[in-house]
Parts: sequence; C-alpha cells; structure tokens
Amino acid sequence: MYNSKVRGRLIQGDKSFGQISREILAPIDKTPIWWYFAFLVSLGMFGFGLYAKYITVSTGIGTWGVNNSSAWGWAIINFVWWIGIGHAGTAFSIFLLILRQKWRTAINRAAEAMTVVAVFCASLFPLLHMGRPWLFFFIFPYPNTRGPLWVNFNSPLFWDFVAISAYLLISASFWYFGMVPDFATIRDTAKSKIKKAVYGFFSFGWTGSSKEWLRFEALSFVLGGIAAVLVVSVHSIVSTDFAVSVVPGWHTTIFPPYFVIGAIFSGFAMVLTLVITMRGLYKMNDFITDSHVDAVCRVLIFISLIMGTAYTTEIFMAWYSGSDYEMYMFFQNRLFGDYAFEFWAMFVSNAVIPQLFWFKAVRRRMWMVFVISIIINIGMWFERFNIVITSTSRDFLPASWANYSPTWVEVGFFVGTLGMFLAGVLLFFRFIPMIAISELKSVAKFDKPNNGQLKPASHE
Amino acid sequence: MTQYWRSLEELNNPVEFKKNEVKLEIDAKRAVAKKASGSSRRDFLKVLGFSVATAAVVASCKRPVNKAIPFLVKPEEVTPGMANYYASSYFQGNEYCSILVKVRDGRPIKIEGNDLSSVSQRGTSARVQASVLDLYDDARFKTPLKRGDETSWAEADEYIQVKLDQLKKDNKKVVLLTSTIISPTTKKVIQEFQQFYPNVEWLQYDAVSAKGILKASELSFGKAFVPDYRFDKAKVIVSFGADFLGTWLSSVEYTKAYSAGRKLMDKGDEMNRHYQFETGMSLTGSNADVRFPIKPSEEKTILTALYYQLMQAKDFITIAAPASPVDITGLAEDLLDNEGSSLVVSGSNDADTQVLVNAINNLLGNYGKTILTESALNTHAGNDENFEQFLAELKDKKVAAVLCWGANPVYNHPKGSELKTLIEAAELSVSFSDRKDETTAACHWVLPEPHYLEAWNDAEPKSGVYSLAQPTISKLFDSRQGQETLMKWAGVEAPNYYEYLKKNWSDEFYQLQTKYADPRLFWNDVLQKGVFEPEVKSGEALSYTENGLEKAVQISEASTDGWEVALYQSVALKDGASGNNPWLQELPDPIAKISWDNFAAVPVKWAEENGVQNESVITLNGMELPVFVQPGQAAGTISVALGYGREVAGKVGDNVGKNMYAHVQVKDGAKQFWFSGAKVETTEKTFELALSQTHHSMEGRPIVRETNFNEWQLDPTSGNELQEEHEEHAVTLYPEQEFKGHHWGMAVDLSSCVGCGNCAISCQAENNVQVIGKEQVRNRRIMHWIRVDRYFSNEPENPKVFHQPVMCQHCDNAPCENVCPVSATPHSDEGLNQMAYNRCVGTKYCVNNCPYKVRRFNWFKYVGNDEFDYASNSDLGRMVLNPDVTVRSRGVVEKCSFCVQRIQEKKAEAKVAGRMLEDGEIQPACVQSCPANALVFGDLNDPNSKISKHFKNERNYHLLEELHTLPSVGYLTKVRNKKA
Repeated sequence: MYNSKVRGRLIQGDKSFGQISREILAPIDKTPIWWYFAFLVSLGMFGFGLYAKYITVSTGIGTWGVNNSSAWGWAIINFVWWIGIGHAGTAFSIFLLILRQKWRTAINRAAEAMTVVAVFCASLFPLLHMGRPWLFFFIFPYPNTRGPLWVNFNSPLFWDFVAISAYLLISASFWYFGMVPDFATIRDTAKSKIKKAVYGFFSFGWTGSSKEWLRFEALSFVLGGIAAVLVVSVHSIVSTDFAVSVVPGWHTTIFPPYFVIGAIFSGFAMVLTLVITMRGLYKMNDFITDSHVDAVCRVLIFISLIMGTAYTTEIFMAWYSGSDYEMYMFFQNRLFGDYAFEFWAMFVSNAVIPQLFWFKAVRRRMWMVFVISIIINIGMWFERFNIVITSTSRDFLPASWANYSPTWVEVGFFVGTLGMFLAGVLLFFRFIPMIAISELKSVAKFDKPNNGQLKPASHE
Repeated sequence: MTQYWRSLEELNNPVEFKKNEVKLEIDAKRAVAKKASGSSRRDFLKVLGFSVATAAVVASCKRPVNKAIPFLVKPEEVTPGMANYYASSYFQGNEYCSILVKVRDGRPIKIEGNDLSSVSQRGTSARVQASVLDLYDDARFKTPLKRGDETSWAEADEYIQVKLDQLKKDNKKVVLLTSTIISPTTKKVIQEFQQFYPNVEWLQYDAVSAKGILKASELSFGKAFVPDYRFDKAKVIVSFGADFLGTWLSSVEYTKAYSAGRKLMDKGDEMNRHYQFETGMSLTGSNADVRFPIKPSEEKTILTALYYQLMQAKDFITIAAPASPVDITGLAEDLLDNEGSSLVVSGSNDADTQVLVNAINNLLGNYGKTILTESALNTHAGNDENFEQFLAELKDKKVAAVLCWGANPVYNHPKGSELKTLIEAAELSVSFSDRKDETTAACHWVLPEPHYLEAWNDAEPKSGVYSLAQPTISKLFDSRQGQETLMKWAGVEAPNYYEYLKKNWSDEFYQLQTKYADPRLFWNDVLQKGVFEPEVKSGEALSYTENGLEKAVQISEASTDGWEVALYQSVALKDGASGNNPWLQELPDPIAKISWDNFAAVPVKWAEENGVQNESVITLNGMELPVFVQPGQAAGTISVALGYGREVAGKVGDNVGKNMYAHVQVKDGAKQFWFSGAKVETTEKTFELALSQTHHSMEGRPIVRETNFNEWQLDPTSGNELQEEHEEHAVTLYPEQEFKGHHWGMAVDLSSCVGCGNCAISCQAENNVQVIGKEQVRNRRIMHWIRVDRYFSNEPENPKVFHQPVMCQHCDNAPCENVCPVSATPHSDEGLNQMAYNRCVGTKYCVNNCPYKVRRFNWFKYVGNDEFDYASNSDLGRMVLNPDVTVRSRGVVEKCSFCVQRIQEKKAEAKVAGRMLEDGEIQPACVQSCPANALVFGDLNDPNSKISKHFKNERNYHLLEELHTLPSVGYLTKVRNKKA
C-alpha cells in the first residue's frame, strides 16, 4: 500500500491531468535544434559502426585483435555490457511493480525504451562475432533434412540465444503495449492528419473504455509476470557462457547471481544517466523529481555493496579453492599483475565510488550523480573486460598465454552500437511519450491536495 | 506309338527342330505386334531418353568446361583416390634423407620417412618434409633463360657448346661449381665431361662446410673425410658447439641414435649423458643434461685443458693442465669412466680444434667403437680452400667461364657481392638452378634442372650406403637434368640420364650383391626399396697418428675486447637455400619460438643491465638487428642465425631477416662461423618479431614433469607422483564413456622429444595447414595443429629447457564439445574429437574452453587471397594440397584430427583384406617421421599395443589431468641424466 506521506509528492507543481498530458507530449510536437544535431552525430557514429561491421563481415574476424588464446574480445565484453544495461528497464518496471513502488511510473517508460534499444545493440555482437555469420540460423533448432541435425541443447550459447530472443520479445511487447494508451492520447490531440493516422495505427484503436483498461491491466500483469522471470534468467544464462567453461576465473558458481546483480547495477546507472539527461533537456523536473533520483541512488548504494561482496567473494573463493590456476588468475594476474589497472578500475568504480551516494549532498547534486552514473557504466565495462579477457589470456598452459588488444574495427563496432543506442533514444524522445502518461496520472490523482483522504490502491 | 513327321528335318533331329519352331513362332508374333502398334515401348523409352538428354544438354550448354579428364586407359598402378608411395632420396643443403614420396593422382603431396634406410631410419627433418612444397614453388624457372629472357634449349646448347669448344681450344679454364655431390653416377658424368673438356675444373662448395673436420682427419688419419659418428653406442656424449640434433652433419641419423640411447621404458634401461659446450642456446644444447655456456674463443682452450687432464689421469704426462674457463673435472672423470663408449664432437670449422677432438677421442679409445673410420659421411665435401683460390683466379681473369650447379655463393659467401660482379663479367656463366637465387641472377644463362622429385638420381651418403631417387611426377616445367646437360655438351646426341644411371648401376653396384641374378631385378628391387647396402663392407679402419697435435695444443691468447658473435644455422632454414618455402619460414625456431626473421640472441644479464628487451634493435658492427633475450646465451656473446636475408628468392623469401654470411670469415682455408671484437650498440628503435610463444616459465605448474635418471632407476614414478593423486580424486557423477571398437590414443615421450619441429611441418603437409605470415603469427594466430611448447626453468643464465609437443588431446570429456551450440565438434565412438567444418559457424567458444589451446580459428580466408600470398595463392602452390583433407574456409575452427583420414584408410584396407588392424599400422603424419621416435599412436583398447604399454608405464601422465578432461594423449615424464 502506497502512502504519499511517507514518500512525499510524486509530481511537483499541482498539475491537472490535461496539463500533464500537454507537458509530456510537448517534445513530440516541437523538436529542438539540438536534437537534429545530436541525431546527426549519433547517425555518424552508427555509420562508422556500419563500416566496421562491413569490414568484419567482408574480410573476417581477423580484422579484430582476438587470437587463438583469447578468442572473445571486445565483442563479447560489449555484448554482456549492453545486455546488462538492457536489464534495467524491465527490472525497473517489474520489480518496482511487484514491490508496488509507484514512483517508478515517471521513469519506467524511458527505462523500457532503453532496454529495447540496448538489447538490440547487444544482439549484434554475438551475431557478428561468428566466423560465418551468414550461417547464424544453424543455431535455430529447426526441423531439417540433415538427419535431422539438432542444435546442441547442452551449449550455453544455445541457452543464451533462447534467453536473449525471449527477453527481447517480451520486453519489447511489454514496452509497446504499455504505450498503447499514450499513443491514443497523441492521436486524440494530434493536429496533422498523418500523425493522427500513424499514432492511430499504433494505438490499435484504443478508446479508453473500462473494458479496454481491464484487459490492458491484465495483459501488463501477464507480460510482467513472464518478464520478471526473464529478467533473472537472461543474465543468469549469459553468465553460464562463462560459468559452464573450465577456464580459471570463469568456472565459478557465483556467476549467475553476480551477473544479474551486476546487470541491474549497470542498468540502473544507465537509467540515471538517461533520466538526468531527460530532466536537463526537456525540463521534466516536475515529473522526474529529485526524490526519484534520490531513490535510484539509494538502490545503487545497496547494489554496489553487493557488487563489492561479490568481488571479494570471488577472490576469497580463488584462495579457498587452492587451485593454482585460480590463485594465479586472481592474485598474480588480476589483482597485482598485467591486468591490475582493469581490475582496480572495476573495483573502485563499482564498489567504492557509488558509496558516495551515502551522502545526501552528493545525491542532491545532479551533476555529481550524473558523473557517478557514468563512472559506474565504465566500471561495469571493465568488469566484463576482467572476465572476458584476463581469464583466457592467462589460462592453463603458459606457453599459450597471449595478450589481447582491440583493433579499430572492434572499437568502431562498439562506437557504432553507441551511436545506435543514442539514435534510438533520440527517436524515443522525439516520437514517443517519454513518461507513461496514463500510469503517471494514476499517481497524480492520489496526490491531488483537495483529495485529502487517501484511498487504498485498487491495483498495483 | 506312331510317329508323325512334317519334314525330314523333324524326323532326323526332333529336338533341334522344336527349338527352331518355337523361335520362329515368337519372332513372327513380335513382328505382328510391332506392326500393330507402330512404335514399341522400347521406342517410347528411347524417344523419352533422347528428348530428356537433349533438353539437359541444351539447358546446360553454359556449363564450364571441366579440365579433369577421366582415365580412358587406366594406368596399371594408379587408382584415383589411392595413394602410391615411391622411394626416393632427398639431398639438399648437405642433408641426406631416404624418403617415401606419397603420390596422389599423379601429384607428390607428402614425404614420409623410409624405414629401410640405415641412415635416416624413417626419420625426417622439417626441411625434408617441406621440400615437397619447393616442387610447387612459383619462383621456379619455367623455361631456360638467356640474360633473363626466355630461350630454347636448342639455342642455349648451340651457343654454349660453341663457346665451350672455343674455350677448350684457347685452353681457358672453366669451373664447374657445385655443392657437395654424393651421387656416384653424377660424379661419373662430371668426370666424362671433364675428359671431354680437360679445361674444366670441378669445384665443390658448401654454404656451411665441414672443412675443419676434413682437414683434421687428413692430419690424423691421412684421409680427408668425415667419420661415421655412432651416437647410439655412446654412454657419454660431449659436444662442443655441434648442433647434432638440429643442423650438424647428419642430424636425423644422429637424432635417431641419440634418442635410442635415452629410451627408458623398463627397469634396467640405460641412458646416455650429454654434455654440451656452446655459445647460444641450440636445439642440441636445450636437450643436454649438462650445459656450459662458453664463448666461441674459449672452446679450444677448454678442449686443450680437457686433453691435458685426460693425459694426466692416464699418467701420460705430468705437466699441469692449462686453466679452463669452466670446471671440467667432473666431465673428465665421466669420460674416463666410459672409455670406448664416449663420444666427443665439435662443430668448429677450425682444423686445430678438430685435431684436438680427434686426439681426445683416440685417448678415450672411441675409434672403432663410437666413431668409425672405415665408413665416411660424404655429405660435406665442400672445399673452402679451393673456393678461395677460384675466387682469386676469377678476379685475375684466369677463369673464363663458370658453370654453377646447386651452389649459391653470391648469397652465402662473405665476398658474395664481389663474386656477383665477377660472374657477370665472366665470358660465360651458366646456372643449372631450378629456381631463383642470387647466383643465378648473376649468370648469363639459366638452364633449369628439375626439382629432385621430378628427377632421376642416386646417392652414396655414407660409404657403402647407396640409394636411388626417382621422379614422382612428370616435369612441371621445361627443365632438363644437369647431368643430361653436361652429357649433351660432352657430345652425347640424345642424353638420357635414366638409362645412364641404370647402366651405371648394373655396371658398378650389381656386382656388389648376390641376391639377384639379373641386373634388372636388382634395379627394380633397389628402386622399390630406395636403398641398397652391399653385404660386404669395403672400408677399412684407419689408424690414428698424432700429426698436427703439437700445433693444436698451442693456446693462442684470444683477444678479450668486444663481443663474440656466433653464427649458426637455424633449424628451420638451415643454410637458407629453401628461403622461399613458406612452411619453413613459418616454423618457429625451436628455442626462441620466432618465425619469419633472424634475430640477435643476447644474454639475459646484459639485456637487463642495458634496458634491452625482446624486439629492441641493436647494431652489430653497424648492422641493425632485432633482439631476442636468450636465456642460456653465454655472457659477452651474441648468436645470429644464417640463412636469412635472401635477396633473390621469390615472393616469400625476399628480404626476410638479415644476411649474416657477410660476417663469416675464411681462416686457414675454412669458413669460420664466429668472430670476435664486434661492436654492439643499443638503439631506441624497435622491430616487430613474430613470436608464437611469449611466456617462458611454467609458473610452477606440473605441465612438464621431470625427474633425474638415478631417481627413475630407484622409482620409475618419480616426478610423476601427482598422477596417482589425481587418479584418486577422479570422481565423477557421470557414466564414463565406453569405446567398444577402437579407442585411439597417442603417447609423447618427453624424454625422447628433442623439439626439432619436424612434426609441425609433417602435419602441415598432411593436413593442408595454411601459412598465415609474419603479422598474423605475431598476432598469435599460427595455424599449426601440433606445436612444440618450450619452457625454461632455473637460472636464466643457464636454464633447463623443456620441449613439449601439444596437439589436440582428444579428451573423452572434452570441454570443447559440450559448449558448441551447433554440435560442430562431436566425439566419435573411437574416442576422436572431431570437427565438422561444414557445421561450424565460428562462435569460437571451443577455442576459449580448450585448456590446451590447440584449436585454430580461420581468422581470414587463407587460400586464394592476395593478402596471404604464400603457397596457397596460386594453382601451382595449391597442387601440394592433400585431397583427403578439406581445405578449411574462413570462419571455422580446425585442429588436430589424429590424421583421421589415415585411420580410415588403414581401417578400410584391413577390412578389404579381411583382417584385423595391426598395431602400429596407422601412423599419423607426426608419428610417422618423428626422428626421435618420441610419438606413439595406437589403439588403447588393445592391451598389447605399444600405446597401451606406454599408458601403463609409470612415467605416463596426462596434461592438466586435474581437470578431468580424460585426454587420449599421454605424456611420459622428462628424464634428465645429471650426475647424481
């Protein structure tokens, strides 16, 4: 049960329903100049990435820095990193929905949009890091005339494929169906015929009748229920790509929870980055209030502590296992060895710096929160670097130890996905209500000052 | 019963009549039926068949014309898809090897060792293995050339014959410059040529000669020869700078003998002890039980000291032995304990040093036991003295013409550039070389001879050991054997070396045997076996004299200033003649693990003090060289490999590394492969080297397990205690895989393996492993399916060295198999870990999850790609591909298959013959030609097989067995024989 007295006001500025709709829909009607500029930049990045991908596919993975010892490089780091970011949206919506945290309503739309774009970005990497990407369909378990020859159901990469495609499907649907009432709102207020037609098409003829709302709610619950499971499963399964192997530093049972938490961590950090940008650019401070940011920061403190625990647990287990290879991996390689910089960059950014959020002064200063959210994102990238690179480059036989460094093609590929992400987010700003209007209104209603008496929530 | 008859025929022969009647009846019925229908079913089918065929032909008229033509008349012994093996002889760069050439559909594609040879004993070296690729070298001459332009044989013969006749008339000297010739028949051809042209002088010249040994034996025994070293008979082997396992004299033979003297399987087996004195870390030094890093100038001092110590011990003299820079008292004791079963050799080309070695061997009573003087090694006949004289005469215009055959002095003589202008200025210069080289580039005429796999020849590598070489493919280009060219010029109208050879054999060698009564049967037998050894040995042991010893024991004070630089032959390229062979260029040096370059091996301590690292550049007498910091390099010395820096070799070999022959000095009529007083300066520059291994320590992991001989004698499991422990811990929830038929396995005896790299090239030839070039090797993407890992331990100034061949371990619990999402790498029911290239999509998960890192990814398209312009970028180069093995496309993973094609072939053979497979019948490429017999392959399900015995041996362990991957490859502990 939600008590606004405890939480405080969720929407500032005593807004009426109409006002809320207008303010949130304003960016869709009027496009600021900087948007075009930013979109151009992101398209440029995207184009560079396309060129890198062209080189990759036409010439071969040899254009990357990967080798016969470390066969997975930036591609897999970035894949896990994007998937992690792609976690936040759904996690945010689902978990806060289950916990009945109504403050999520201002943020969940953006978070879900981010999820969909990030998962798209992520899915490019496993596809194109294949030696023969044109045969990617071999990974589908489809009936065939070769025996029939099935995929290897024991392979984590197959689980991965299933988990990610299911996740992408569910989170995209969840996001899209949540938007239907808002599309209808735009359709109803739009003046141009084309806009009316387009948004009309996407709103599936939504009229706003109680029956429709009832079904809408039911659908959200069903999808939410499925998504809740997927949120946990998808990154657990990504972690099995490593955990199932024999490679020291990969072969560990802590990975599934550690990956899920890590993903939520990076996702929440990216949500922060995004909503602070939204607040700054679109003056959404009344909806995404300081207390929203504050709440996310508090969550981050907690997750950061878990991350720190996970890191130290890994180190402890390496020592406790008594395995030479594990010991070498952690103590001589990661902590104090060739990859010490990457390890400590990860540790400090993820386990130490977020602890600054204990201070209210930090949480209140948006620029500081913004900087820390970026640091967490970088730290989480280093975490994946630590996992993917350090392990394979220093595994069992020292004769096969080989260093890895990326080439411009791999960097270009990553920059390309960053551009894709930015472009996706910009398109989202431009064409889709950034905040779930209908859901927000349900919160606003409770918050009306003349409505003194609080009612129990009928649902959610 | 009354008999009725219709005609007289019926009455006379009723049966025949009835038959005829029935036939006529049927015919009549058919005729009626045909008439009735107009066309028969047969006609219908005919029309249908014709129209379909016409439609097919018309529709497919744009089909490309296939060049493959089926055999209309099948040659008797050629079955498409089945390999034929022909015995032949390899002799290049002073290295002899008896071989079997595998010919598939008319193309020689692989070289195997010939087990009938007493010299190479089924062993080969990497050079021998790679020589098949030289056949398909793009740098080969396609036609005769006149000053670089195409010409015809007729034109060349006409011009040169006139010219030679004129020179004969003018009595001007003509020099026939060859490398060492071990062919008795060729020698005869040359003699006849000389008889025809008395003005012709024949001169043998080698890039790396054994002139020191020849001179010393002339002094000690009165005959210039290289004696027959029997390493298998020696209990103590002392080598002074002789890389007898890698490049020295007859390395394959010596490797066989050396490893035979170190084979430890059962209790009571004995093991030789090997001392090595050397400057840089050679392949041989890396296998030594006791190794002394010394300066090249100290070698003679130590030998003198050793000689005196031995003399004292035997109470022959009382004067004090001169001081030795290293402590050799233990060595002297060891030698004295093994009189008559020790062997001292030196790689030096200094006659005095070799005289000392002879004296020591004589003192130890080794002659007649470990060194045989009745038999000589003929592979090193090059005479540096005569060559210097020739050079002087050429300069003085006393030599008018040079006929160059197999020698490349412009490249491998210190005065090469001078020689080049002299040859260019000679009245006539002809090269018989089959491919581009520096000397040929200077010659006016190029009359290419065929590659040895296209030619007839014979050889006498050791006195009393004969062998034949036969063509295995018809000549690819317009070439003519050098012998035929000489015969032609000597007046033979239509020279035929084959007939000449055959005749010579029936004249000369037929009488040496009694088994065959017909020379033709004898010839066929030798041709089939490849080798011939007369029953009666002709040689007699020579007696030793102390000639020259007095001079030899004089110790001249070596100058101590400056660096001493040792020049050595690299194991891959040897003297550099095969510089255009990409397989050899890419074979990592066995010690430095560097390919595609030579480098300056510098001592560790000096490097640390001067901030020099791998890939730094130093100048050596002004020449810039990249550095490899070499553990075990003697202080104050640098070693650099010869055989690099070719300028005219072809697209692969041009300008790879630096040519060090310019630094070779000719002293006392012999090339000396070291020099002192070198100036070395560090620079700020760096030069990228292609290292295929960058970490040199085992990090305390039980990867190579070792023990010492005396400990092994007490307890064969010594050094291998972990094995039992792991076995106890091997608990699993899963049922163990069962192999009902065969279960293939391989054993690697780490004590036998010397690390020469023959297996890598043999595998490369067998399995179409692609060459990827320097940059990609540097990127750690080398494709070799079997690699030899090399580790150092103990103090870096003089480390212990470990060689460990690692190929796919074919784990029964393979980590690669369960992670592949598309099941591209399943396990066979014979225990093989297989690769289905067609299925592989290239996720590379298996590469990551292989603890042995034996999986190789095709990062690029390596075949038919201009970016990888090595062997596989031309139709000619691709002729070497083995049709039994798929050429892998870009983006798939590949790895050792245990030569599954050979397994299948032998299984089919046994099945057709209706018998069981014999143990040892199947031999993967690496196993077949291993010169050290370090690899054993067989069926683990057969308790009596050799492999099962190896697996049951106390020394056996599995690599990373604690991971419970259950490898099908076992390793036997490395045993050293240090003095207890």
